[in-house]
Amino acid sequence: MNAPQERDFFDRLGDCTGALRDWIDARFPMTEFWEAHVSKYYAPKNFNFWYVFGGIALVVLVLQIVTGIFLTMNYKPDANQAFASVEYIMRDVEFGWLIRYLHSTGASAFFVVVYLHMFRGLMYGSYKQPRELLWLFGMAIYLCLMAEAFMGYLLPWGQMSYWGAQVIISLFGTVPFVGEGLAEWIRGDFYVSDITLNRFFALHVIALPLVLCGLVLFHLIALHTVGSNNPDGIEIKKKLGPDGVPLDGIPFHPYYTVKDTMAVAGFFFVFFLIVFFAPEMGGYFLEHANFEAANPLKTPDHIAPVWYFTPYYAMLRAVPSFFGSQFPGVAVMGAAVLVLFFMPWIDRNPVKSMRYRGPLYTLLLLVFAAAFLVLGWMGVKPVSLALSEWAFRLTEVYFLFFVVSWLYSTQRAAGGWLRSALVALAVLAAIDAARFSVMGELVETFHYLMFVVPGGMVVTFLVLPVYTKLNDPAPVPDRVTH
Amino acid sequence: MSNDGVDLNRRHILTVATSLAGAVGVGALVYPFLASMKPSERARAEGAPVEVPIAKLEPGEQTKVVWRGKSVSVIRRTPEMLARLEAGRGSLLDPDSQEPQQPVYAANEFRARKPEILVLVTNCTHLGCSPQFRPEVAPADLGADWKGGFFCPCHGSRFDLSGRVYKNVPAPLNLVVPPYRFVGDDLVIVGEDEGVS
Repeated sequence: MNAPQERDFFDRLGDCTGALRDWIDARFPMTEFWEAHVSKYYAPKNFNFWYVFGGIALVVLVLQIVTGIFLTMNYKPDANQAFASVEYIMRDVEFGWLIRYLHSTGASAFFVVVYLHMFRGLMYGSYKQPRELLWLFGMAIYLCLMAEAFMGYLLPWGQMSYWGAQVIISLFGTVPFVGEGLAEWIRGDFYVSDITLNRFFALHVIALPLVLCGLVLFHLIALHTVGSNNPDGIEIKKKLGPDGVPLDGIPFHPYYTVKDTMAVAGFFFVFFLIVFFAPEMGGYFLEHANFEAANPLKTPDHIAPVWYFTPYYAMLRAVPSFFGSQFPGVAVMGAAVLVLFFMPWIDRNPVKSMRYRGPLYTLLLLVFAAAFLVLGWMGVKPVSLALSEWAFRLTEVYFLFFVVSWLYSTQRAAGGWLRSALVALAVLAAIDAARFSVMGELVETFHYLMFVVPGGMVVTFLVLPVYTKLNDPAPVPDRVTH
Repeated sequence: MSNDGVDLNRRHILTVATSLAGAVGVGALVYPFLASMKPSERARAEGAPVEVPIAKLEPGEQTKVVWRGKSVSVIRRTPEMLARLEAGRGSLLDPDSQEPQQPVYAANEFRARKPEILVLVTNCTHLGCSPQFRPEVAPADLGADWKGGFFCPCHGSRFDLSGRVYKNVPAPLNLVVPPYRFVGDDLVIVGEDEGVS
């Protein structure tokens, strides 16, 4: 044996940090937690770029909380002072403009990232067994985020803040019987007033962020219990190596921490371009009408919500009022959000990833995404008859996505497909009959022709499986691909 | 501790009773918080009636006041305006004010106590925007059919000079006529009528 080597400074430093780690571990499961959730948490090795948005969303959440804290230091939740205090932040507080633009751009970025994250889930069937709760927590986060964004938008107390809130709270007022009382309870007044602003501030800065953080924690706990899905939709936990580690898994750290850091860097590159060069994004992130203080007696010429709500807003406007009530449009709008919650029980096809579900399913996802995007574009435009009709047809396309997904849960015989198609067409025709009867003399040939849009979708997705192989599943491989 | 001789049935009853008592307690605790969000005494007091002097209101002119945060228009209609009301009747959704959007004394063609004085909450019955008073006939932006009335710029709802809604617009109901009464010829009190005061 050699004589013991000279121990240098770093050896001794290592002893110290090791001793500190042991001291903490005896009192708090630090190392255990790090290993269970980071360094020995195995994620599928075949993640593509669609898997970076969850991590980015977490970073944006932190950004919103930090910038939000600093904004509250100068903001005043008072109808007489709110607008001026935002101007003060923008003009007089050192770097106030930066903090506010980070927060306002962060709100839009949050929705961009969350929409992409959700679409990833749809593409690869990430809501399916055993990830139903994971999906539900995610949807709850989305709902909470919408409330958070809506209440935050009132705080600058500009014209669009005011009238946007007026319109959205009125939506609750349309609920039969209890609506008016409900709207008064939300506002705390007979109209959107200082009282409303004050409570929205409380909900925006305390209540909803707490709920949001709790839901994010639940989302992550559920994720780490079932493990991530992947672009092949194969459960990596079913193929374990002799050491009990999934053969297709790699430790989250360092592999995905590095990848996610790259993604966050890329995200911030685009994000800061917007913050510094186009924080208003041409009126889409911060609407022009909001540079004028709220005035309850003057409605802006054109009210549109911020872009992330516009798909639903377009649906609301496209549904005519029935029986002297606005409620049907509001119900359609609410259903458009709520139906997403039920995705795990709508699409029960055992194949998770679109990669192995045939080209028609991929096309279906694209049609759905396109309808959502075009509806979003329509929601910021002023209403016109033609636009309303298009919006209504795309609303039908939006809901048909869920109908077709449900029907695609199993392979059917020719008769089954054709019967489904006929029923779908009959229901669509009945909807048109009801709608045209309330629209009266406003109906033109154009409205009948537009039946081609949902009708064509039904024929494409429910008749093509009979005559082509486009809906035939491909064999799911045993192990993840690349 | 031994579980021998435990009366499980009795324990079950106790559990249920405790849970129920707890639920009542939670309910009693939650109610004050939820009730605190209702309009406060001050908010309700500020919903008090508003006086509108109309002596200087010229025919065809409108004056606006705020009552309960809603914009209320008081308009002195000209005889020509009143004459035009009947003409558009066919394209109105509720020409006879069947829907309860006004006090009983305003459930007529003029939707008013005195035909020439119109008192109207100009919050759109669609989603609460405030429609503009557009008394002119057939302006370029509203089309040749326009007989004067209210136009909502938010979602394009149209109302006639009595605040009656046209067919095929987003708004489902006529504009609201608030309770009001006259004191002499020159004063309107918005927010109360004989039934209230």
